[in-house]
Amino acid sequence: MMKSVSQNKEILRVEKLNKSFGTNHVLKDATLTLREGELKVLIGPSGGGKSTLLQCMNFLIPPDSGRIWLDGVEIEGHRKRELYSYRQQVGMIFQDFNLFDHLSALSNVRIALTKVKGMTKKAATDRAMAELERVGLAAKAGLYPAQLSGGQKQRVSVARALAMDPKVLLLDEPTSALDPELIGEVLAVIKDLATAGMTMIMATHQTTFSSQLASEFVFMEQGTIIEHDSPAVLLAPDACTRTKAFCAKINELTGEPV
Amino acid sequence: MLEEYWLFASERVVPGLNAALLVSARLIVPSALYGALFGVIIGVLRVYGPRPVRRVADAFVSLFRGTPLVVQLYFWYFALPYIRIGGHAIVLNAMQASILGFALCSAAYQSEYIRGGLNSIKSGQLKAAKALGMNPLQTVLYVVLPQAVRRALPGCGNEIIYLIKYSSLAMIITVNELTGTARSIAKFTYRPIETYATVAVYYLLLVTLAMWLLRCVEDHMSIPGFERPKD
Amino acid sequence: MNFEKALQAIIEALPYMLGGMWITAALVLGALALGFVLGVPLAVGQVYGHPLTRRLIHLYVWLFRGVPILVLVFLFAFGILPPLGIDSAFAAGVIVLGLTSAAYQSQIFRGSIQSLPPGQLKAARALGMREHTAIISIILPQALRLSIPAWSNEFSILLKDSALVMVIGVQEIMARTRSVAGRTHEPVALALFAGILFFILTWIGIRILRGVERKVRIKGYSQEGSM
Repeated sequence: MMKSVSQNKEILRVEKLNKSFGTNHVLKDATLTLREGELKVLIGPSGGGKSTLLQCMNFLIPPDSGRIWLDGVEIEGHRKRELYSYRQQVGMIFQDFNLFDHLSALSNVRIALTKVKGMTKKAATDRAMAELERVGLAAKAGLYPAQLSGGQKQRVSVARALAMDPKVLLLDEPTSALDPELIGEVLAVIKDLATAGMTMIMATHQTTFSSQLASEFVFMEQGTIIEHDSPAVLLAPDACTRTKAFCAKINELTGEPV
Repeated sequence: MLEEYWLFASERVVPGLNAALLVSARLIVPSALYGALFGVIIGVLRVYGPRPVRRVADAFVSLFRGTPLVVQLYFWYFALPYIRIGGHAIVLNAMQASILGFALCSAAYQSEYIRGGLNSIKSGQLKAAKALGMNPLQTVLYVVLPQAVRRALPGCGNEIIYLIKYSSLAMIITVNELTGTARSIAKFTYRPIETYATVAVYYLLLVTLAMWLLRCVEDHMSIPGFERPKD
Repeated sequence: MNFEKALQAIIEALPYMLGGMWITAALVLGALALGFVLGVPLAVGQVYGHPLTRRLIHLYVWLFRGVPILVLVFLFAFGILPPLGIDSAFAAGVIVLGLTSAAYQSQIFRGSIQSLPPGQLKAARALGMREHTAIISIILPQALRLSIPAWSNEFSILLKDSALVMVIGVQEIMARTRSVAGRTHEPVALALFAGILFFILTWIGIRILRGVERKVRIKGYSQEGSM
């Protein structure tokens, strides 16, 4: 199910992002545009720069060069206050969940609402509970991360990101750290978000799942975006794309059909 | 025989020791507080400081953990007055030298536990806090401290219990705390066993009380994932 | 501060101070040995013994860990040992340090023993071994190897505590430092020198223990926590 989004407004745009760690040039001139409601999927071998690109997009890793616009406004990474405000509008889901270990599920979702957005405790609690319901975990609101399964932890982290009303969600391999039987519950949440029109960019190895939802596949290797187009085009039966070759290799390993 | 001891102890030993108990308290409390305070500062510097600062802090800790506390107390009380800078010297009285010595030594050990607590926080949580728009201060207050304190608490608490016992060393530099007073009483009454056994009881009570308090605090702060390590 | 005078004081006192090093070393070795010889049975008793035995051992540990060493030194040296005919301050020092160390060492060994998988003892029993043979041949060799890092920590603590016995007149490093400093009026230099001597002893001890750990290491046996 792919939506035609080419006429929608631009939400996030990055131009010529570069990042090197020492002599290792990890991200090379990455340029990318996300329109409202799009789901772009970053695919490629490990070390290809997908995670670095995502973390540059919210300045968790400050890029060496390049420009970033959110909703048409350029973001200056060195202006602290502007940066913190920017990050409130860009949500991030991590491979390792990164829930705050000392807080219950509810408190995890609520803390940024009270401490960063300045909401009252009551309003924040109501909103947090609503988000937990949305991901199906209202019953576990009082439990701590140590008591939750991997899939549950990831769903809480989605609730935590959504509670901030982000304009765009960055998902960094959200299911890679999960046991196979837990992947489905997280993918279901992501599918709901896509259907509801959330603007997202996701790095993942879940190629089959993504091909059905994504507006566009972006294939990255060694820091460069090699090719990008809709999944239908890249994975067409007679296509000879790098993307197709890579997906075939993955599906060989996981046993999924292409 | 027990009655005889009881009579002797309550009349000749306990009154003196009770007075000395206050002196010991005046030693232990400031030392523990300063030790914890400096320990936190040094621990934070050792984890988050720039490299040269970390090296210096590590060296400081090695110095104070590697030498006997007796040597350190001796230095602050007997040797410090001999160091003249520009014609001035710092002369500390016995209490001051003791508190300084205890605080610095304790701080070195405390910094180890603080460092362990800070390091135990998975770095991904700091990324998540950033991604949510928290500034560094908020991250430290709401994410780092609540976890680091819980992890460091058993070690830091035990260090204070050690301090209670090692406060006895102050008698070597003439402070009339519990052990020093016991020595005087024992010499005066020619009854060493009864005297020292009594002061031992004092320490046992103090230490046991402190351990109980520590347990209560640990239990109060216990969260699933941060449970008190079972003995 | 006059560096030349200070240096001279140290050089003159060098043989005397080095003699103190030997005394300190003897104290520490004696106490460690006593602590080991007592600590192992205490640990075994605490893990495998009767409830009453365990209570008594727990009481012993509580006493010797709860009372400051200084108090114990006075209690034994002036109170308990003279009626038993033991007059030597050095002996009193070794005994008190050893008894205290036994309390701490027993807890180290107890932790190591308890960290072994229960299957070890079960397998030994299944082979028909008696309990005490199993403990000596199967449990202890593994537990003692696991204990080496914590034990070397105990060594460095004991080394520092050994300075305390100066109060009953044992002529170890600190006692000699005090008397030389008093004589030459160079406490700064001598205190620093004493610190250096303790550092040297610590360094030697840690190196020896690292060598021991390497020698007794079993290939492929994972050990948590290196020195």
